[in-house]
Amino acid sequence: MKSLQRILAYTVRHLYLYRRSMPRLMEVFYWPVLDLLLWGFVTVYLSRQSGAVPHFVTFFLGALILWDILFRSQQGISVSFLEDVWSRNLLNIFVSPMSATEYILSLLFLSVIKLLLTSAVMVTLAWLLYSFNIFTLGLSLVPLIINLVVMGWAVGIITTALILRFGQEAEVLAWGVALFFQPVSAVFYPVAVLPWYLKVVADYVPASHVFEGMRMVVAGEGLPMDELAWAAGLNVVYMLLSILFFYWNFKVVKRKGLLVKVGE
Amino acid sequence: MNRIVEVSGLTKVFDNHKTAVDAISFEMFEGEILGLIGPNGAGKTTTLQMLLGLTTPTSGKVRIFGLDIDTDREEILSQVNFSSSYISLPYSLTVEENLTVFSRLYSVKNYKDRIAELLRIFEIEDIRRTPTRRLSSGQITRVCLCKALLNSPRVLFLDEPTASLDPDIADKTRRLLKQIRGEHGLSILYTSHNMKEMEEMCDRVIFMDRGRIIAMGAPESVMREWKGKDLEEVFLKIARPGE
Repeated sequence: MKSLQRILAYTVRHLYLYRRSMPRLMEVFYWPVLDLLLWGFVTVYLSRQSGAVPHFVTFFLGALILWDILFRSQQGISVSFLEDVWSRNLLNIFVSPMSATEYILSLLFLSVIKLLLTSAVMVTLAWLLYSFNIFTLGLSLVPLIINLVVMGWAVGIITTALILRFGQEAEVLAWGVALFFQPVSAVFYPVAVLPWYLKVVADYVPASHVFEGMRMVVAGEGLPMDELAWAAGLNVVYMLLSILFFYWNFKVVKRKGLLVKVGE
Repeated sequence: MNRIVEVSGLTKVFDNHKTAVDAISFEMFEGEILGLIGPNGAGKTTTLQMLLGLTTPTSGKVRIFGLDIDTDREEILSQVNFSSSYISLPYSLTVEENLTVFSRLYSVKNYKDRIAELLRIFEIEDIRRTPTRRLSSGQITRVCLCKALLNSPRVLFLDEPTASLDPDIADKTRRLLKQIRGEHGLSILYTSHNMKEMEEMCDRVIFMDRGRIIAMGAPESVMREWKGKDLEEVFLKIARPGE
Protein backbone atom coordinates (compact mmCIF):
# COMPACT_ATOMS: atom_id res chain seq x y z
CA MET A 1 0.00 0.00 0.00
CA LYS A 2 2.79 2.39 0.95
CA SER A 3 4.55 1.38 -2.26
CA LEU A 4 1.55 2.40 -4.32
CA GLN A 5 1.30 5.66 -2.38
CA ARG A 6 4.93 6.46 -3.21
CA ILE A 7 4.44 5.62 -6.89
CA LEU A 8 1.40 7.91 -7.01
CA ALA A 9 3.27 10.65 -5.11
CA TYR A 10 6.03 10.60 -7.68
CA THR A 11 3.48 10.70 -10.50
CA VAL A 12 1.77 13.68 -8.88
CA ARG A 13 5.15 15.45 -8.73
CA HIS A 14 5.33 15.26 -12.55
CA LEU A 15 1.69 16.20 -13.07
CA TYR A 16 2.32 19.35 -11.00
CA LEU A 17 5.30 20.04 -13.22
CA TYR A 18 3.36 19.74 -16.47
CA ARG A 19 0.44 21.72 -15.14
CA ARG A 20 2.74 24.62 -14.45
CA SER A 21 5.24 24.53 -17.29
CA MET A 22 4.32 25.54 -20.82
CA PRO A 23 7.69 24.45 -22.35
CA ARG A 24 7.20 20.95 -20.91
CA LEU A 25 3.67 20.75 -22.22
CA MET A 26 5.06 21.76 -25.62
CA GLU A 27 7.55 18.93 -25.43
CA VAL A 28 4.62 16.51 -25.12
CA PHE A 29 2.53 18.06 -27.90
CA TYR A 30 4.72 20.28 -30.11
CA TRP A 31 6.95 17.72 -31.86
CA PRO A 32 4.28 15.10 -32.48
CA VAL A 33 1.92 17.73 -33.90
CA LEU A 34 4.67 19.21 -36.07
CA ASP A 35 5.58 15.74 -37.35
CA LEU A 36 1.98 15.04 -38.15
CA LEU A 37 1.52 18.31 -40.01
CA LEU A 38 4.72 18.01 -42.04
CA TRP A 39 4.62 14.33 -42.94
CA GLY A 40 0.85 14.28 -43.19
CA PHE A 41 0.81 16.81 -46.00
CA VAL A 42 3.78 15.13 -47.72
CA THR A 43 1.77 11.89 -47.57
CA VAL A 44 -1.35 13.51 -48.99
CA TYR A 45 0.70 15.03 -51.83
CA LEU A 46 2.48 11.77 -52.71
CA SER A 47 -0.73 9.74 -52.53
CA ARG A 48 -2.17 11.94 -55.31
CA GLN A 49 0.70 11.15 -57.68
CA SER A 50 0.12 8.48 -60.28
CA GLY A 51 1.46 5.07 -59.36
CA ALA A 52 1.18 5.71 -55.62
CA VAL A 53 1.18 2.64 -53.40
CA PRO A 54 -2.39 1.59 -52.47
CA HIS A 55 -3.39 2.58 -48.91
CA PHE A 56 -0.44 5.00 -48.97
CA VAL A 57 -1.99 7.47 -46.50
CA THR A 58 -2.93 4.70 -44.08
CA PHE A 59 0.51 3.10 -44.32
CA PHE A 60 2.33 6.31 -43.74
CA LEU A 61 0.18 8.08 -41.16
CA GLY A 62 -0.41 4.85 -39.27
CA ALA A 63 3.33 4.26 -39.16
CA LEU A 64 3.96 7.85 -38.07
CA ILE A 65 1.51 7.62 -35.16
CA LEU A 66 2.72 4.18 -34.09
CA TRP A 67 6.38 5.22 -34.23
CA ASP A 68 5.54 8.17 -32.04
CA ILE A 69 4.03 5.77 -29.51
CA LEU A 70 7.37 3.96 -29.24
CA PHE A 71 9.34 7.20 -29.11
CA ARG A 72 7.08 8.80 -26.47
CA SER A 73 7.05 5.75 -24.23
CA GLN A 74 10.86 5.81 -24.24
CA GLN A 75 10.95 9.57 -23.62
CA GLY A 76 8.34 9.27 -20.89
CA ILE A 77 10.93 7.35 -18.90
CA SER A 78 14.21 9.04 -19.85
CA VAL A 79 13.03 12.65 -19.76
CA SER A 80 11.13 12.17 -16.48
CA PHE A 81 14.35 10.83 -14.96
CA LEU A 82 16.26 13.80 -16.39
CA GLU A 83 13.80 16.16 -14.67
CA ASP A 84 15.14 14.85 -11.34
CA VAL A 85 18.73 15.24 -12.52
CA TRP A 86 18.17 18.80 -13.74
CA SER A 87 16.49 19.87 -10.50
CA ARG A 88 19.16 18.15 -8.31
CA ASN A 89 16.36 16.15 -6.75
CA LEU A 90 17.68 12.60 -7.22
CA LEU A 91 19.25 12.44 -3.76
CA ASN A 92 16.00 13.54 -2.14
CA ILE A 93 14.32 10.61 -3.89
CA PHE A 94 16.95 8.01 -3.04
CA VAL A 95 17.22 8.98 0.63
CA SER A 96 13.45 8.59 0.92
CA PRO A 97 11.87 5.16 1.48
CA MET A 98 11.15 4.98 -2.27
CA SER A 99 13.01 2.00 -3.74
CA ALA A 100 14.67 1.80 -7.15
CA THR A 101 11.90 -0.60 -8.24
CA GLU A 102 9.18 1.84 -7.19
CA TYR A 103 11.06 4.59 -9.01
CA ILE A 104 11.15 2.57 -12.24
CA LEU A 105 7.46 1.65 -11.88
CA SER A 106 6.64 5.35 -11.44
CA LEU A 107 8.53 6.17 -14.61
CA LEU A 108 6.62 3.47 -16.52
CA PHE A 109 3.32 4.79 -15.20
CA LEU A 110 4.27 8.33 -16.17
CA SER A 111 5.23 7.25 -19.65
CA VAL A 112 1.75 5.73 -20.12
CA ILE A 113 0.09 8.99 -19.02
CA LYS A 114 2.23 11.09 -21.37
CA LEU A 115 1.66 8.61 -24.16
CA LEU A 116 -2.11 8.74 -23.78
CA LEU A 117 -2.05 12.53 -23.91
CA THR A 118 0.18 12.71 -26.99
CA SER A 119 -1.61 9.94 -28.83
CA ALA A 120 -5.01 11.47 -28.19
CA VAL A 121 -3.85 14.73 -29.78
CA MET A 122 -2.22 13.00 -32.75
CA VAL A 123 -5.12 10.67 -33.47
CA THR A 124 -7.60 13.54 -33.29
CA LEU A 125 -5.50 15.78 -35.54
CA ALA A 126 -4.96 13.00 -38.10
CA TRP A 127 -8.69 12.47 -38.23
CA LEU A 128 -9.49 16.20 -38.52
CA LEU A 129 -6.79 17.07 -41.07
CA TYR A 130 -6.52 13.96 -43.20
CA SER A 131 -9.71 12.04 -42.41
CA PHE A 132 -7.42 9.29 -41.21
CA ASN A 133 -8.88 7.07 -38.53
CA ILE A 134 -6.24 4.84 -37.00
CA PHE A 135 -9.00 2.77 -35.37
CA THR A 136 -9.78 1.29 -38.80
CA LEU A 137 -6.93 -1.06 -37.89
CA GLY A 138 -9.42 -2.49 -35.42
CA LEU A 139 -8.46 -4.72 -32.52
CA SER A 140 -5.15 -5.50 -34.23
CA LEU A 141 -4.08 -2.11 -32.99
CA VAL A 142 -3.98 -3.30 -29.37
CA PRO A 143 -1.18 -5.90 -29.61
CA LEU A 144 0.76 -3.66 -32.01
CA ILE A 145 0.65 -0.74 -29.55
CA ILE A 146 1.48 -2.90 -26.52
CA ASN A 147 4.58 -4.20 -28.29
CA LEU A 148 5.74 -0.73 -29.25
CA VAL A 149 5.19 0.59 -25.72
CA VAL A 150 7.17 -2.27 -24.19
CA MET A 151 10.05 -1.77 -26.65
CA GLY A 152 9.99 1.96 -25.81
CA TRP A 153 10.16 1.09 -22.10
CA ALA A 154 13.12 -1.23 -22.61
CA VAL A 155 15.01 1.45 -24.56
CA GLY A 156 14.01 4.08 -21.95
CA ILE A 157 15.23 1.99 -19.02
CA ILE A 158 18.58 1.32 -20.73
CA THR A 159 18.96 5.02 -21.54
CA THR A 160 18.17 5.96 -17.94
CA ALA A 161 20.71 3.45 -16.65
CA LEU A 162 23.38 4.92 -18.96
CA ILE A 163 22.65 8.49 -17.82
CA LEU A 164 22.81 7.34 -14.21
CA ARG A 165 26.17 5.72 -14.91
CA PHE A 166 27.80 8.38 -17.10
CA GLY A 167 26.12 11.50 -15.73
CA GLN A 168 24.46 14.42 -17.38
CA GLU A 169 26.84 14.45 -20.35
CA ALA A 170 25.03 11.31 -21.52
CA GLU A 171 21.65 13.04 -21.53
CA VAL A 172 21.70 13.35 -25.33
CA LEU A 173 20.92 9.61 -25.32
CA ALA A 174 17.42 10.43 -24.08
CA TRP A 175 16.66 11.91 -27.50
CA GLY A 176 18.94 9.85 -29.71
CA VAL A 177 18.71 6.19 -28.75
CA ALA A 178 15.20 5.44 -30.03
CA LEU A 179 15.97 7.16 -33.35
CA PHE A 180 18.97 4.85 -33.69
CA PHE A 181 16.50 1.96 -34.10
CA GLN A 182 14.29 3.74 -36.61
CA PRO A 183 16.07 2.69 -39.85
CA VAL A 184 16.00 -0.99 -38.88
CA SER A 185 12.46 -0.78 -37.53
CA ALA A 186 11.19 -0.46 -41.11
CA VAL A 187 8.68 2.14 -40.02
CA PHE A 188 7.88 3.66 -43.42
CA TYR A 189 9.08 0.88 -45.75
CA PRO A 190 9.05 -2.91 -45.73
CA VAL A 191 11.98 -4.85 -44.29
CA ALA A 192 12.45 -6.28 -47.79
CA VAL A 193 14.04 -3.03 -49.02
CA LEU A 194 16.85 -3.26 -46.47
CA PRO A 195 20.24 -4.71 -47.46
CA TRP A 196 20.75 -8.27 -46.17
CA TYR A 197 22.89 -7.28 -43.18
CA LEU A 198 20.31 -4.78 -41.95
CA LYS A 199 17.57 -7.37 -42.49
CA VAL A 200 19.42 -9.56 -40.01
CA VAL A 201 19.48 -6.69 -37.50
CA ALA A 202 15.82 -5.87 -38.18
CA ASP A 203 14.85 -9.46 -37.33
CA TYR A 204 15.95 -8.76 -33.76
CA VAL A 205 14.15 -5.42 -33.45
CA PRO A 206 10.59 -5.90 -32.13
CA ALA A 207 9.35 -2.74 -33.86
CA SER A 208 10.23 -4.10 -37.34
CA HIS A 209 7.82 -7.00 -36.74
CA VAL A 210 5.16 -4.60 -35.50
CA PHE A 211 5.40 -2.39 -38.59
CA GLU A 212 5.45 -5.37 -40.94
CA GLY A 213 2.33 -6.55 -39.13
CA MET A 214 0.70 -3.16 -39.43
CA ARG A 215 1.27 -3.07 -43.19
CA MET A 216 -0.26 -6.52 -43.58
CA VAL A 217 -3.32 -5.48 -41.58
CA VAL A 218 -3.74 -2.36 -43.72
CA ALA A 219 -3.41 -4.46 -46.89
CA GLY A 220 -6.28 -6.59 -45.58
CA GLU A 221 -4.16 -9.69 -44.97
CA GLY A 222 -5.07 -9.89 -41.28
CA LEU A 223 -2.80 -9.76 -38.26
CA PRO A 224 0.24 -11.97 -38.84
CA MET A 225 0.56 -13.98 -35.64
CA ASP A 226 4.14 -15.03 -36.40
CA GLU A 227 5.30 -11.40 -36.58
CA LEU A 228 3.40 -10.63 -33.40
CA ALA A 229 4.89 -13.61 -31.59
CA TRP A 230 8.40 -12.58 -32.65
CA ALA A 231 7.84 -9.02 -31.43
CA ALA A 232 6.37 -10.20 -28.11
CA GLY A 233 9.14 -12.75 -27.53
CA LEU A 234 11.88 -10.23 -28.27
CA ASN A 235 10.19 -7.66 -26.06
CA VAL A 236 10.04 -10.02 -23.10
CA VAL A 237 13.76 -10.73 -23.48
CA TYR A 238 14.72 -7.05 -23.96
CA MET A 239 12.55 -5.86 -21.08
CA LEU A 240 14.15 -8.39 -18.73
CA LEU A 241 17.62 -7.49 -19.98
CA SER A 242 16.94 -3.76 -19.60
CA ILE A 243 15.76 -4.24 -16.00
CA LEU A 244 18.81 -6.37 -15.18
CA PHE A 245 21.02 -3.74 -16.85
CA PHE A 246 19.42 -1.00 -14.75
CA TYR A 247 19.92 -2.86 -11.45
CA TRP A 248 23.49 -3.79 -12.35
CA ASN A 249 24.22 -0.16 -13.21
CA PHE A 250 22.54 1.06 -10.03
CA LYS A 251 24.79 -1.25 -8.05
CA VAL A 252 27.90 -0.03 -9.92
CA VAL A 253 26.87 3.61 -9.43
CA LYS A 254 26.47 3.03 -5.67
CA ARG A 255 29.80 1.21 -5.49
CA LYS A 256 31.57 4.03 -7.33
CA GLY A 257 29.78 6.70 -5.26
CA LEU A 258 28.37 8.28 -8.42
CA LEU A 259 24.75 8.59 -7.33
CA VAL A 260 25.49 11.84 -5.57
CA LYS A 261 27.32 13.19 -8.62
CA VAL A 262 24.54 12.74 -11.18
CA GLY A 263 23.40 16.22 -12.06
CA GLU A 264 26.56 17.99 -11.05
CA MET B 1 21.33 6.58 26.41
CA ASN B 2 20.09 4.52 23.49
CA ARG B 3 22.48 3.90 20.66
CA ILE B 4 20.79 5.00 17.44
CA VAL B 5 23.61 4.70 14.93
CA GLU B 6 26.47 2.21 15.18
CA VAL B 7 29.32 2.35 12.70
CA SER B 8 32.10 -0.20 12.88
CA GLY B 9 35.17 -0.54 10.67
CA LEU B 10 33.50 1.43 7.91
CA THR B 11 35.81 1.65 4.90
CA LYS B 12 35.45 2.97 1.38
CA VAL B 13 38.11 2.40 -1.25
CA PHE B 14 37.14 3.71 -4.67
CA ASP B 15 38.06 2.02 -7.96
CA ASN B 16 41.07 4.32 -8.35
CA HIS B 17 42.40 2.76 -5.10
CA LYS B 18 41.82 6.01 -3.24
CA THR B 19 40.82 5.30 0.34
CA ALA B 20 38.11 7.83 1.14
CA VAL B 21 37.12 6.37 4.50
CA ASP B 22 39.50 4.18 6.45
CA ALA B 23 38.03 1.78 9.01
CA ILE B 24 36.14 4.31 11.10
CA SER B 25 33.98 3.32 14.06
CA PHE B 26 31.68 5.50 16.10
CA GLU B 27 28.28 5.59 17.73
CA MET B 28 25.54 8.13 17.92
CA PHE B 29 23.05 8.30 20.77
CA GLU B 30 19.42 9.23 21.00
CA GLY B 31 18.95 12.99 21.24
CA GLU B 32 22.60 13.69 20.46
CA ILE B 33 23.95 16.24 18.00
CA LEU B 34 27.11 14.77 16.56
CA GLY B 35 29.36 16.93 14.38
CA LEU B 36 31.48 15.59 11.56
CA ILE B 37 34.40 17.93 10.96
CA GLY B 38 37.38 17.83 8.65
CA PRO B 39 39.12 19.46 5.71
CA ASN B 40 37.86 18.95 2.15
CA GLY B 41 38.50 15.35 1.12
CA ALA B 42 38.54 14.13 4.73
CA GLY B 43 35.77 11.61 4.00
CA LYS B 44 32.82 13.31 5.73
CA THR B 45 30.52 13.31 2.72
CA THR B 46 31.40 9.72 1.77
CA THR B 47 30.66 8.67 5.35
CA LEU B 48 27.30 10.42 5.21
CA GLN B 49 26.51 8.76 1.86
CA MET B 50 27.31 5.33 3.25
CA LEU B 51 25.11 5.96 6.29
CA LEU B 52 22.24 6.86 3.95
CA GLY B 53 22.82 3.87 1.67
CA LEU B 54 23.77 6.04 -1.31
CA THR B 55 27.28 4.58 -1.55
CA THR B 56 28.17 0.97 -0.88
CA PRO B 57 30.93 0.51 1.71
CA THR B 58 33.96 -1.60 0.78
CA SER B 59 33.82 -3.13 4.24
CA GLY B 60 32.45 -2.46 7.69
CA LYS B 61 28.97 -2.18 9.13
CA VAL B 62 26.36 0.53 9.53
CA ARG B 63 23.44 -0.15 11.82
CA ILE B 64 20.69 2.39 12.40
CA PHE B 65 18.07 1.57 15.07
CA GLY B 66 19.84 -1.82 15.18
CA LEU B 67 18.90 -2.46 11.54
CA ASP B 68 21.05 -2.92 8.46
CA ILE B 69 20.67 -0.30 5.73
CA ASP B 70 21.07 -2.95 3.00
CA THR B 71 18.33 -5.25 4.20
CA ASP B 72 16.01 -2.85 6.09
CA ARG B 73 16.34 0.18 3.85
CA GLU B 74 12.64 1.15 3.81
CA GLU B 75 12.21 0.83 7.57
CA ILE B 76 15.32 2.90 8.28
CA LEU B 77 14.75 5.60 5.67
CA SER B 78 11.16 6.18 6.72
CA GLN B 79 12.51 7.26 10.14
CA VAL B 80 15.46 9.36 9.03
CA ASN B 81 15.84 12.34 6.72
CA PHE B 82 18.53 14.37 5.04
CA SER B 83 19.16 17.91 3.95
CA SER B 84 22.09 19.52 2.25
CA SER B 85 22.68 22.98 0.90
CA TYR B 86 23.98 21.24 -2.26
CA ILE B 87 20.74 19.59 -3.29
CA SER B 88 17.52 21.24 -4.29
CA LEU B 89 13.88 20.56 -5.02
CA PRO B 90 12.02 20.58 -8.35
CA TYR B 91 12.11 24.21 -9.47
CA SER B 92 8.76 24.38 -11.23
CA LEU B 93 6.76 23.16 -8.25
CA THR B 94 5.59 25.52 -5.56
CA VAL B 95 6.87 25.11 -2.01
CA GLU B 96 3.58 23.54 -0.96
CA GLU B 97 3.53 21.13 -3.93
CA ASN B 98 7.08 20.00 -3.22
CA LEU B 99 6.33 19.40 0.44
CA THR B 100 3.11 17.56 -0.47
CA VAL B 101 5.00 15.20 -2.79
CA PHE B 102 7.59 14.41 -0.11
CA SER B 103 4.93 14.05 2.58
CA ARG B 104 3.38 11.32 0.50
CA LEU B 105 6.73 9.69 -0.27
CA TYR B 106 7.24 9.46 3.50
CA SER B 107 3.59 8.46 4.16
CA VAL B 108 3.10 11.41 6.52
CA LYS B 109 -0.31 11.40 8.20
CA ASN B 110 -2.25 14.69 8.26
CA TYR B 111 0.39 16.08 5.93
CA LYS B 112 -1.43 19.37 5.27
CA ASP B 113 -1.28 20.25 8.98
CA ARG B 114 2.35 19.13 9.19
CA ILE B 115 3.33 21.28 6.21
CA ALA B 116 1.52 24.31 7.67
CA GLU B 117 3.24 23.76 11.03
CA LEU B 118 6.73 23.56 9.49
CA LEU B 119 6.22 26.56 7.25
CA ARG B 120 5.18 28.52 10.33
CA ILE B 121 8.16 27.29 12.36
CA PHE B 122 10.60 28.30 9.61
CA GLU B 123 8.74 31.59 9.02
CA ILE B 124 8.12 30.93 5.34
CA GLU B 125 4.32 30.72 5.25
CA ASP B 126 4.25 33.62 2.79
CA ILE B 127 6.07 31.64 0.09
CA ARG B 128 3.96 28.48 0.24
CA ARG B 129 2.51 29.11 -3.22
CA THR B 130 5.73 30.43 -4.77
CA PRO B 131 7.48 28.25 -7.36
CA THR B 132 10.79 27.04 -5.93
CA ARG B 133 12.74 28.63 -8.80
CA ARG B 134 11.77 32.10 -7.54
CA LEU B 135 13.18 31.54 -4.06
CA SER B 136 16.47 32.85 -2.74
CA SER B 137 19.08 30.25 -1.79
CA GLY B 138 18.33 30.90 1.89
CA GLN B 139 14.63 30.27 1.33
CA ILE B 140 15.39 27.06 -0.58
CA THR B 141 17.55 25.89 2.32
CA ARG B 142 14.68 26.49 4.74
CA VAL B 143 12.23 24.65 2.47
CA CYS B 144 14.71 21.74 2.29
CA LEU B 145 14.87 21.74 6.10
CA CYS B 146 11.05 21.63 6.18
CA LYS B 147 11.25 18.64 3.82
CA ALA B 148 13.80 17.04 6.14
CA LEU B 149 11.49 17.37 9.14
CA LEU B 150 8.24 16.35 7.41
CA ASN B 151 8.33 12.75 8.62
CA SER B 152 9.31 13.75 12.20
CA PRO B 153 12.55 11.79 11.77
CA ARG B 154 14.36 10.11 14.65
CA VAL B 155 17.70 10.85 12.96
CA LEU B 156 18.51 13.81 10.77
CA PHE B 157 21.57 13.99 8.53
CA LEU B 158 22.49 17.57 7.76
CA ASP B 159 25.26 18.42 5.32
CA GLU B 160 26.23 22.08 5.85
CA PRO B 161 22.62 23.10 6.45
CA THR B 162 23.35 26.76 7.15
CA ALA B 163 25.91 27.32 4.35
CA SER B 164 23.69 29.67 2.34
CA LEU B 165 21.82 31.35 5.17
CA ASP B 166 22.39 34.88 6.42
CA PRO B 167 23.58 35.11 10.07
CA ASP B 168 20.08 35.92 11.35
CA ILE B 169 18.34 32.97 9.66
CA ALA B 170 21.32 30.68 10.38
CA ASP B 171 21.03 31.52 14.07
CA LYS B 172 17.26 30.94 14.04
CA THR B 173 17.78 27.61 12.25
CA ARG B 174 20.32 26.44 14.82
CA ARG B 175 18.02 27.42 17.70
CA LEU B 176 15.16 25.65 16.01
CA LEU B 177 17.10 22.44 15.50
CA LYS B 178 18.19 22.49 19.14
CA GLN B 179 14.62 23.13 20.22
CA ILE B 180 13.30 20.21 18.12
CA ARG B 181 16.06 18.02 19.50
CA GLY B 182 15.03 19.00 23.04
CA GLU B 183 11.32 18.43 22.43
CA HIS B 184 11.45 15.25 20.38
CA GLY B 185 14.76 13.61 21.22
CA LEU B 186 15.89 13.98 17.61
CA SER B 187 19.45 12.84 16.87
CA ILE B 188 21.38 14.94 14.36
CA LEU B 189 24.55 14.16 12.43
CA TYR B 190 25.82 17.53 11.37
CA THR B 191 28.59 18.63 9.02
CA SER B 192 29.75 22.19 8.66
CA HIS B 193 32.91 24.16 7.96
CA ASN B 194 31.76 26.78 10.42
CA MET B 195 33.67 25.81 13.58
CA LYS B 196 31.85 28.28 15.82
CA GLU B 197 28.59 26.69 14.72
CA MET B 198 29.94 23.23 15.53
CA GLU B 199 31.00 24.37 19.01
CA GLU B 200 27.58 25.84 19.61
CA MET B 201 25.56 22.96 18.20
CA CYS B 202 27.33 19.70 18.89
CA ASP B 203 27.37 17.53 22.01
CA ARG B 204 30.30 15.65 20.49
CA VAL B 205 32.43 16.13 17.39
CA ILE B 206 34.37 13.73 15.22
CA PHE B 207 37.44 15.15 13.49
CA MET B 208 38.27 13.34 10.26
CA ASP B 209 41.34 13.65 8.10
CA ARG B 210 42.25 11.55 5.05
CA GLY B 211 39.50 9.10 5.82
CA ARG B 212 40.45 8.51 9.45
CA ILE B 213 39.06 9.66 12.75
CA ILE B 214 41.70 11.88 14.33
CA ALA B 215 39.77 12.98 17.38
CA MET B 216 36.37 12.36 18.91
CA GLY B 217 34.62 13.75 21.97
CA ALA B 218 32.88 16.77 23.42
CA PRO B 219 34.15 19.99 21.76
CA GLU B 220 35.83 21.12 25.04
CA SER B 221 37.69 17.85 25.49
CA VAL B 222 38.86 17.84 21.85
CA MET B 223 40.10 21.42 22.29
CA ARG B 224 41.91 20.39 25.47
CA GLU B 225 43.44 17.33 23.85
CA TRP B 226 44.70 19.31 20.83
CA LYS B 227 45.65 22.38 22.87
CA GLY B 228 43.50 24.72 20.83
CA LYS B 229 41.58 27.67 22.20
CA ASP B 230 38.65 26.80 19.91
CA LEU B 231 37.67 24.21 17.27
CA GLU B 232 38.94 26.45 14.49
CA GLU B 233 42.45 26.30 15.93
CA VAL B 234 42.17 22.52 16.30
CA PHE B 235 40.95 22.34 12.69
CA LEU B 236 43.98 24.29 11.46
CA LYS B 237 46.35 22.10 13.48
CA ILE B 238 44.83 19.02 11.86
CA ALA B 239 44.67 20.50 8.35
CA ARG B 240 48.27 21.87 8.51
CA PRO B 241 50.17 19.28 10.53
CA GLY B 242 53.64 20.54 9.56
CA GLU B 243 53.14 24.15 10.69
